[in-house]
Amino acid sequence: MLTIKSVEKSYLHEDGRIPVLQGVSLALDQGQTLALTGESGSGKSTLLHITAGLEAPDAGSVHVFGKDITAMDDSGRAAMRRRDIALVFQQFNLIPSLTVGANISFQAALAGKVDTAHVTALAEALGLSDQLSKYPEALSGGQQQRVAIARALAAGPKLLLADEPTGNLDEKTGATVLEQMLELVQQSGTALMVVTHSPKVAARMDRTLELSGGKVV
Amino acid sequence: MIRTCLIALLSHWRRNPVQLFAYLAGLAIATALWSGVQAINSEARASYDAAAATLGEGRFDRLIPKQGNAIAQDTYVTLRRAGWLVSPALDVRLGDVRVIGVEPVTSPTGFAGLTFAEETPALMPGEPDLLFANAETAAALGDRARVSVNENVAPGVAVGDIGTVQRLSGRDDLSTLVLLPEQPIGRPDLETIAPGLRLQPSQQVADVAQLTDSFHLNLTAFGLLSFAVGLFIVHATIGLAFEQRRGMIRTIRALGVPLRTLVTLITVEMLGLAAIGAALGIVMGYVIAALLLPDVAATLRGLYGAEVSGTLGFRAEWWLSGFLLAMLGTAIALAGRIWQIARMPLLASARPRAWVMSGATRFGVQSVAALGLLSTAVLLVVFADGLIPVFALLGCLLIGGALALPVLASYALRLIEARASQPIWQWFWADTRQQLPGLSLALMALLLAVSANVGVSTMVSSFRLTFVGFLDQRLAPELFARVDNAEQSVQLEAYLIAQGIETLPLRSASAKIEGRPAQVFGVRVGPTYRNNWAFLAEESDAWDRVERGEALIANEQLARRSDLRVGDSIEISPDLTLPIAAVVGDYGNPEGQVVVSEEVFATLYPDNYAAQFAMRTGDAPALRAKIVEQVGLPENAMINQGAIKALSMEVFERTFSVTAALNVLTLGVATFAILMSLLTLADLRVPQLAPVWTIGVTRATLGRLELCRAVGLGVLVFACAIPLGLALAWILLALVNVEAFGWQLPMFLFPLDYLQLGAYALVAVALAAAWPAWRLIRTPPAALLKVFAHER
Repeated sequence: MLTIKSVEKSYLHEDGRIPVLQGVSLALDQGQTLALTGESGSGKSTLLHITAGLEAPDAGSVHVFGKDITAMDDSGRAAMRRRDIALVFQQFNLIPSLTVGANISFQAALAGKVDTAHVTALAEALGLSDQLSKYPEALSGGQQQRVAIARALAAGPKLLLADEPTGNLDEKTGATVLEQMLELVQQSGTALMVVTHSPKVAARMDRTLELSGGKVV
Repeated sequence: MIRTCLIALLSHWRRNPVQLFAYLAGLAIATALWSGVQAINSEARASYDAAAATLGEGRFDRLIPKQGNAIAQDTYVTLRRAGWLVSPALDVRLGDVRVIGVEPVTSPTGFAGLTFAEETPALMPGEPDLLFANAETAAALGDRARVSVNENVAPGVAVGDIGTVQRLSGRDDLSTLVLLPEQPIGRPDLETIAPGLRLQPSQQVADVAQLTDSFHLNLTAFGLLSFAVGLFIVHATIGLAFEQRRGMIRTIRALGVPLRTLVTLITVEMLGLAAIGAALGIVMGYVIAALLLPDVAATLRGLYGAEVSGTLGFRAEWWLSGFLLAMLGTAIALAGRIWQIARMPLLASARPRAWVMSGATRFGVQSVAALGLLSTAVLLVVFADGLIPVFALLGCLLIGGALALPVLASYALRLIEARASQPIWQWFWADTRQQLPGLSLALMALLLAVSANVGVSTMVSSFRLTFVGFLDQRLAPELFARVDNAEQSVQLEAYLIAQGIETLPLRSASAKIEGRPAQVFGVRVGPTYRNNWAFLAEESDAWDRVERGEALIANEQLARRSDLRVGDSIEISPDLTLPIAAVVGDYGNPEGQVVVSEEVFATLYPDNYAAQFAMRTGDAPALRAKIVEQVGLPENAMINQGAIKALSMEVFERTFSVTAALNVLTLGVATFAILMSLLTLADLRVPQLAPVWTIGVTRATLGRLELCRAVGLGVLVFACAIPLGLALAWILLALVNVEAFGWQLPMFLFPLDYLQLGAYALVAVALAAAWPAWRLIRTPPAALLKVFAHER
């Protein structure tokens, strides 16, 4: 379902170009979960962003369902993110001026496939049923991350990309949120790629890929 | 997708109503003052056009009396019989209404250019004793005449058949004879057949629209200044709203909205809101214009004799221009932000506080821009020639001064901070300096408003002092009289001489001097002139030379327009050229004038009689009564010194009442800008204030300090506004006046007025800061503590 081939990426720095990813390749099948681990600066988040079409690689290709996302224009990549790829960030990235309910439905509405029953079920499964009319600022960090997960899954994506989804949460809350996310991913058959520093989070995935100096080790 | 995305974008405004209000109100205010001024200008221009169409002035040559305003009916008949194709017209006043009588069959404009609906034959011209006027003028005429309302007639004017107007006015003569464009060849010479008449070419009739151009330009400049101040609010609000929404924009893009779609939607959203603000502004502009129009109409009538309708029309030319300008202003402010979004990395984070604080680079660019504009202003002072370059100079000075303000304020605050000994004050000044970038647009708006107030009030007060002095010089005689004919003139002069009263007869005639229409005055040089007239430039024996017929006195307008100085010569007629002995200031008159001795005047215009007399007397009422009784001059043909001075000052004060109103409105807009800036920044201030609160400074103290900060910045702005305002006043007095009216005015300083203005400005700033300070005092501790919470 996801095939990444020989992806390279570097950034321009005052000392010259700094390589971040050097020929990274991986594959992920439907329903599989994968943890990307590695030290800070090893290129995990960059790889996740390239996979989501948020950044373009210098070389290599990223195929999602057989379509090369790196060959698409901005509109094509945006359409992929609306329909097939969902993202969960460490900073939650909710829209502060929309209610919890509107935030959960937001991506599904963008994709034009709001399923009210599915949204309600997600909110219930994540313990958000009583919070739907509140604004994100009134929620705790754990609750906000649950809203972000619900938003990502409400659109029925085939691939969920999560960047340190529990990084901003305390250990207990993080564990609960992770369990809920894994359970929902399993139920929907969504493939999951998680960037994490946490060995505990990595251990809960089907497999782990470690990056170091921009290379898979 | 589009609907969902728009809902998300608009939700920002629902959650930030103060910001939405600032955006809409900024635009509304900017549009209101601009479109209000344009509505007034547009109404005035429409009135001038209607007057030109109704009266045909400036389009046809005319025959007018050499003196007085009456042409005998016999003269008209004689001219017609001799082959002259002329059409008679009578111009009289019924109360405040100018009534024009025309002869529709011979008039080149038909019935004063009016059109009549076919279905109203009863109201056709020819109906006995019927006049035509617009509704406002018809109401003013009351029951003095039968009036048919026709909105095509110029304001303040009624037209009718000449026979009707003669009956209504009790006259049996004519005022002018309009020359038809095509005349038969071989007509007898005018001088032979009608020696009392002279030909007035159409080009010599002063064009009201041209005369009033500078007045309207001044109004436009004020409107533009207010528009700029309003746009400052819009610019600041757009900047803050975009920074606060960077996170949302990033999320929306990450969730699959293409950049192009997002940019289009944001543009539609912001311009849609701008359209609402602009529409509100147009409604407010209409109200402002309707309130100011009566004063403007009075000013134009007093200054230029131009009639302007007192009723405001909703003309597309002003509301559409206001709307489009508001949209353009918003689009320009928006373009930079849209460009940033287009270039913004998708993963960039929101940093509204950093945006507010990002002063350093902006100050650098601002310093360079301010220096460039102020240098350009200095160059323009030296080289500007014409009204438009002088207005460009004003623009460079004001914008350059405004851009320099935050830089100067930052420097001043740094100095004050270095001298502060107590920690709380050190923090206060440092924090104030940090806030400057966020407040700078509002402070610049305040600077422009206060400077404009200082500059314009200095100009008006200097003008008033000069004008009062000028009236004292010119109106030294205690009584003035006007006569209608040569017989009355001779009678009056003989009577006055017999009574031993110092008499100053004044003869005048229209002429063309240095290629432009001008007036020639013949005066009897005596102690009154010698003791009272102050010259701008003169030879030591100026009056002696004028009295001997060796020289003349020119007014400043003529001297400036023709670049003439004392000693230069002026050709008054083909046979007479005289040097200028002195140049005299002449305020409130757009035409060139020369003054010669009455003997010289008599050789130039032998048939001309003295139509005006000034008299020196210790008892004006008694002399007036005697003249009525013994010479038979009507009471209303005379006016005493006090009354004429009061009338002149009334015209003067009315002229500047509109300026004063615009001054107050501009200051109001600037105060609003301060309020909006403080309110929109208030939420961003919490993380800065919370740590100070935790170390023991109460919320009440913090609130008071916020108030102090606003007033302190107000003082700083005021200190900068004084020199900028005085520079503005100097430009208005020494350059704009010369270009617009042809005269220069001395500049006087009014320190007490400035202090009063400063007090008003500080009170306004304190009031604007009071609400945000009160909100801070009422901030619940929980909201302050949130700053320190790990989970927010």
